[in-house]
Amino acid sequence: MEEIWSGLLQAFELIITLDPEVVGITARSLYISLASVFLSSLIDIPLGAMIESREFWGKRGIISLIHTLYSLPTVTVGLLVYLILSRNGPLGSLEILYTPAGMILGQMILITPIMIGLTISALGEVSPQVKDTAKSLGASELQIMITTINEVRSAMLAAVLLGFGRALSEVGVAMMIGGNIRGYTRVLTTAISLETSMGNLELSMALGIILLSISLLVNLAMNRLQGR
Amino acid sequence: MSFLELEALGKAYGGVDVLQGISINLSRGEILGIIGPTGSGKTTLLRLVNLLEAPSSGSIRLDGIALNDLPEKEKLSARRRMAMVFQKPVMFKGSVQENVSYGLKIRGKKDQKIVRSALEAVNLSGYQSRDASSLSGGEIQRVALARALVLQPEILLLDEPTANLDPKSAAAIDSIIQSLAGQSTLVILATHNMLQCKRLASRVAVLMKGRMVAVGEPEEVFDLGQEQLDIAVPW
Repeated sequence: MEEIWSGLLQAFELIITLDPEVVGITARSLYISLASVFLSSLIDIPLGAMIESREFWGKRGIISLIHTLYSLPTVTVGLLVYLILSRNGPLGSLEILYTPAGMILGQMILITPIMIGLTISALGEVSPQVKDTAKSLGASELQIMITTINEVRSAMLAAVLLGFGRALSEVGVAMMIGGNIRGYTRVLTTAISLETSMGNLELSMALGIILLSISLLVNLAMNRLQGR
Repeated sequence: MSFLELEALGKAYGGVDVLQGISINLSRGEILGIIGPTGSGKTTLLRLVNLLEAPSSGSIRLDGIALNDLPEKEKLSARRRMAMVFQKPVMFKGSVQENVSYGLKIRGKKDQKIVRSALEAVNLSGYQSRDASSLSGGEIQRVALARALVLQPEILLLDEPTANLDPKSAAAIDSIIQSLAGQSTLVILATHNMLQCKRLASRVAVLMKGRMVAVGEPEEVFDLGQEQLDIAVPW
């Protein structure tokens, strides 16, 4: 017990004194996860809106598949992206395996089902009359889509935050695609895993506290948005 | 060539005809009252004219151009010459100002003055900053009319614009419609209120079970003998 208390005190000290390693790992984690969520939003929200607004054969099957992939194990995505990015893979020529860019791509794939699925669910709540009204007032297809998304902006922001939370807290993709290289691809989750195995509990705890605090902030923001 | 020509227009859902053989030529400045009981196809007809739905048969011509076969981009241009107020209008999230200026904004226009005058016209001066979700039913109906009026549409489609309104709000909307008579706007007003139709319309079309059973000036349609009226307006 004493070891835990002492570790916790040292952890807080590392945070308060802005230990360069702790700050570096945190900043890298935030950068990679924010980039993956931002890029994913640009693709997934319009894609979700398209799926929701159009009728086509197999739509139900696709939505069921998307829902199933919510709980996609991160190591499975890690393996898939590893195969794609490895030297002999289809995107091997990009040479982004064991780089932050590869991790961003992996996290984008990981959160895509959640982002698309939540977009479809949120837009499904919008009354068809909203679309009709926008159309009758002269909105183009794109303007109708933007208007519809704006009607459920709180739910859309919650989807983005959920995607960010999943990207930030995952280990599989970060470890398998990033390789946990110190100062380059080491992020909060992979650092905690490594430092714990090496017995550096105070650093692990400091990083854990930061991860928990960010998750808490994300959850608070989501609850606030969903309460609107 | 008439401004708007509907020729043998029909619409079917799942094999059931809801509109059949609707043909009428309309000019600018006219107020056409479409009268008929619930389910007679009034709303469907307005939706077809507004290009919200495609007809199953027949054609709609605007300035001689058939609209049905146009590519989507040109359909959008045609739709932008019209505005429709639905029977139960919805407000977008945001303020009254944002709602009324919606159509202007998507056309890349910013004209605060026209928004103000449209709100004045519907007796809602000073409502600009009000949250649209806090409006009453009558206020929503009037904001929806203002939202259409700011676009200065060449064709204004009104679906039961005064249904469920208190007499004062209904009178305000009636007087706005009346003020459009003889101007360049073609107004198509769907209603089941015979008095309103008689008061406002320059021509009346009677819809029954998806068919246009009578068309003419209000006096011709409404001043028919009781027996004939029962045939033309049998509800």
